[in-house]
Amino acid sequence: MTELNPFVLFTASIFTSNMILANFLGMCSFIAVSKDIKTSLGLGQAVTFVLTFTTVINYFLYKYVLIPMNLEYLRYIVFIISIAAFVQLVEMIVERHLPVLHHALGIFLPLITVNCAILGVSLFMVIRRYSFIQSLAFGFGSGVGWTMAIVALAGLKKRLNESRVPKGLRGGGITLIITGLMALGFMGFSGMVQIS
Amino acid sequence: MNDIVSTIAIMSGITGFLAFLLTLAKRTVGDYGMVDITINGKKKLEVRGGDTLLSALSSEKIFIPSACGGKGTCGYCKLKVIEGGGAILPMEEGLISVEEIDAGVRLACQIKVKEPIKIEIPEDLFNVREYKAVVRKIEDITPKIKHLVLDILEGGEIDFKPGQYVQLVAPPYAESDESVQRAYSIASCPTDKNFIELIIGYVEGGVCTTYVHKYLKEGDSVSFNGPFGNFFYKDNDREMIMVAAGTGMAPILSILRAMKSSGIERRCLFFFGAKNRDDLFFMDKMQNLEESLFDFEFVPALSRIGPEDDWEGERGRVTEPLLKHLEHIENKEAYLCGSPVMIDAIVKLLIEKGMDEERIYYDKF
Repeated sequence: MTELNPFVLFTASIFTSNMILANFLGMCSFIAVSKDIKTSLGLGQAVTFVLTFTTVINYFLYKYVLIPMNLEYLRYIVFIISIAAFVQLVEMIVERHLPVLHHALGIFLPLITVNCAILGVSLFMVIRRYSFIQSLAFGFGSGVGWTMAIVALAGLKKRLNESRVPKGLRGGGITLIITGLMALGFMGFSGMVQIS
Repeated sequence: MNDIVSTIAIMSGITGFLAFLLTLAKRTVGDYGMVDITINGKKKLEVRGGDTLLSALSSEKIFIPSACGGKGTCGYCKLKVIEGGGAILPMEEGLISVEEIDAGVRLACQIKVKEPIKIEIPEDLFNVREYKAVVRKIEDITPKIKHLVLDILEGGEIDFKPGQYVQLVAPPYAESDESVQRAYSIASCPTDKNFIELIIGYVEGGVCTTYVHKYLKEGDSVSFNGPFGNFFYKDNDREMIMVAAGTGMAPILSILRAMKSSGIERRCLFFFGAKNRDDLFFMDKMQNLEESLFDFEFVPALSRIGPEDDWEGERGRVTEPLLKHLEHIENKEAYLCGSPVMIDAIVKLLIEKGMDEERIYYDKF
């Protein structure tokens, strides 16, 4: 188990080990849903919620079911099943109680299931041997970091709408260049603390 | 051995628990109770909430056309939503025009019935029924096209307008694990109410066409629903120009048969496009119609026939013989059936020649 303070881990997962800008996980929805700040924030909240809870669920499943039974090698399939079930549950709740958010997220809400960042966090938690509190801080921090990155990109894209982007770069091209520049910017934080 | 048993037990336990949790959620969070659907301001249905509008209407025996079976890809299940249904979804925006959105048009397969909803559908759809039938005849009329005759069971009769289509249901079979519905135009005459004729071309990998071409045989039971469609014969005294290719012959044949049975006396030219001689079919039927209809001419055009081949008819694309007959466009109307590319090209050509767009009727498939 690493000895990192959970608060340090939380901060590091937002800035120095950001899921998108340092690990490049969860890029599809990051690129596709970052057209509008409000929608991006909604998706970011949903991802943070799912990330935090699935990390906790997967922590317990791994520690109290898979390890005692010597079935650690099943972690991929078990984590994926628990993430899929949890996302379906969240979708039902959001559809019922938050129809505006459900409409804004559209097809991207169920697609959280296949957001690599969600599975990535659970697997990092296992590989890095985090404790429960560390896993919680890491899961929540990764979600916050993912939200921050997508909202920042949505803000930049909004400014881009008013800019004269060369025709061949409009859309996906300029988005990838901006993402690269954001990642370069975030590299500036990497001297603060490294988690591995 | 213990490893295998414990692995299976743990996986079953985890998935079973999650399935239990989701079922519980479906029964509590996902239970919207009974919801009212008001149709055309007069008919009221009470359905269980949570399902799509398309499924809810279908369970009440009101069939909205849907070629993709509710997956949001064909855009056939359009209807007007007056109240309820929520805001338009991104999935719908690609299939509904801006004008239609302003008019309240939505896709029935994308709306979930969670609150009372008021809709408008064409009155014709109330006549749409589900029919059970048995295959009387299934035969190859070209290497890739089959002619089907389906006898309607239980003394059932179908009322349709010549040119309309039905949705044939392909049940799960060896190459498909789900039931799908696909639209096919009726080729028979509306006066023949106890059976329908369909002309079905083979589409590589097509679920329904593979079922028809490789698995369906005479004596088998099938089901279909219908009739649907706004493409049908319009009664007036204008000269008729008909253009079709391949299975597009079906609705035209139905119109011609209806004209014959009603003794309609109108000048009518039918241009039929095919690649080569093998793709021509029902030539005997066309000859018979030429002899029995008031003033009907069948003009087949072959596009891939060599100059050395023994063919005295029109050569080239179907637009070429059509152009020769378009010198005097006034008092003519057109009925077109075939691929979107062919129809778009012909519509453009007819408009350029001066035909009023409102007199061009077409069915793209």
